[in-house]
Amino acid sequence: MSALTSRPPRRGPRSILPWLAAPALVVFVCFAVIPLVGVFVLSFTTWDGIGAIHASGLSSWRTVLTNPGLPHALWVTFLVMIVSWAVQTPLSILLGTFMADRQRYRAVLGVVYFVPLLLSSAAIAVAYKALLDPNFGLGAGLKIKALSQDWLGRPGLAFGVVVFVVSWQFIPFHSLIYQGGVQQIPKSMYEAAQLDGAGRIRQFFSITLPQLKYTIITSSTLMVVGSLTFFDLIWVLTEGGPGDATRVLALDMYKRGWRASQMGPASAIAVILVLVGLALALLLRRLGGRDAGESQLEGA
Amino acid sequence: MTTTLTKAQQSEQAARRERQRRSRPAARRSNWIAGLAGWIWLVVVAVPLYWILITSLKAQSRYYSSNPLVPSSDPTLDNYRLVIESDFIRYFVNSVVVTLGAVVPAVAFSFMAAYAIVRGWRMRGLRVINGLFLMGLAIPLQATVIPVYLIIIKLKLYDSLLALILPSTAFAIPLSVLVLANFVRDIPKELFDSMRVDGATEWTTLWRLAAPLTRPAILTVSIYNGLTIWNGFLLPLVLTQSPDRRTLPLALWTFQGQYGVNVPAVLAAVVLTTLPVLVLYAFGRRQLLSGLTAGFSR
Repeated sequence: MSALTSRPPRRGPRSILPWLAAPALVVFVCFAVIPLVGVFVLSFTTWDGIGAIHASGLSSWRTVLTNPGLPHALWVTFLVMIVSWAVQTPLSILLGTFMADRQRYRAVLGVVYFVPLLLSSAAIAVAYKALLDPNFGLGAGLKIKALSQDWLGRPGLAFGVVVFVVSWQFIPFHSLIYQGGVQQIPKSMYEAAQLDGAGRIRQFFSITLPQLKYTIITSSTLMVVGSLTFFDLIWVLTEGGPGDATRVLALDMYKRGWRASQMGPASAIAVILVLVGLALALLLRRLGGRDAGESQLEGA
Repeated sequence: MTTTLTKAQQSEQAARRERQRRSRPAARRSNWIAGLAGWIWLVVVAVPLYWILITSLKAQSRYYSSNPLVPSSDPTLDNYRLVIESDFIRYFVNSVVVTLGAVVPAVAFSFMAAYAIVRGWRMRGLRVINGLFLMGLAIPLQATVIPVYLIIIKLKLYDSLLALILPSTAFAIPLSVLVLANFVRDIPKELFDSMRVDGATEWTTLWRLAAPLTRPAILTVSIYNGLTIWNGFLLPLVLTQSPDRRTLPLALWTFQGQYGVNVPAVLAAVVLTTLPVLVLYAFGRRQLLSGLTAGFSR
């Protein structure tokens, strides 16, 4: 954030400027900063979500850290993160490159590409749940055996479905970012490569891809930090199941808190979620990203 | 004989020249891997959407016996009627109230804060506030739902629409401030000076000068926040309980729980809940897409 260049006029104590920032500050402090502190505090208490809250030292942490559910949830969270990153990134780059060329028909395809961005995660999950139903879904209707499996009822398949649906929902967003990135690459670089006789594929690997470095870091940050907050999609699709196959941290927190009425341990899981998110954002920033900030874009 | 040979040679030469002439633009034309990906992705996106749409127009009785990829010969709106009769008008109104109720204050407050931060950069307090908002961007705010839930209970707001509006507003502020401050910073300083010379107060300058000049950014930020809140699921799930407080995404989920077997009805509900956003998309595609990547353009 660069400093304002204009000479700030001398403002007396009566300057109204701080007051202009006050409403945003108050709302933000009440419903974001205090809760952020509160989640640390609550992780040292016992609370069933309705009754009184009791301080209970480290017992919530002990419950969470000794439960084999935690390493499992961490593992599933990382797996979803890594696999969906590995699926989305190359496809988004290719699609971004594809859409960066200004041709009429590509613009038309673009209109279709972006529709998934408008649907809520809940709507997408509800639709896919219907589509993948082994008895009433698309595969069953087409009478194709391979397509009418119990997609959400078997652990490996359910995980694959989650990654697929996540990609289906978010690839348009990331290809939009890459499209912008590709369009900013100077045309002259391609012209020079062409004079040297480099084909289009060669140009892609020796110009487009290296030039997209910062775009790749931005997009990856969003993917990775955003993947921590996939709640609605997975919740509606599988509720974390079958068994615990798709129980990521966010779901683990919700189930502990609201299904098992253990808000203390659930808060401890939330703290872990915050720390993992911060660590990842900082790590990716180290790698040379710009604003680690924009991580929320994908979240909510 | 010779003439024909020459002719053949000539035509071959012409063809070669033609090929050369065409090969240059062809090299520029396409990266075939990207082209292939583009067409495959079109199928991947379009088939489910097409299936959702045509199935929502099929009678339930016909659904099981028909080919799922062929549109019904006599489409029906019965499924849509069932959805609307299941109180979806109320859920729609709830979603509108929550979305407007959160977006309007979130954007107004963020704009005022962005203005103050840019204009009062020399004041340490405002820089600290700015840092606080930036920190809010790096943290997955969903992780704070448990204390939010506690605060809402303490405020006796549990199971009300206001319970959804307040945290939604707070979560929208950091990114909005960041984007809007970038735009306020671009306003030429001479304009601020001339406003001051004319004796305008900060309050007047804010609304008469800064607001009109940053209107595209305000619109963009509003769209982004609106879409996020309209599609929100976790807050309504955690902070409300009674059926008549449901917003659309939550209603959709419970509707599937209730009518799961009635696939056409479930899909009609999906289409119906998305309709307002689709209409918006049809009219303001460019604005909407730039809204989605807010913060990246700079």
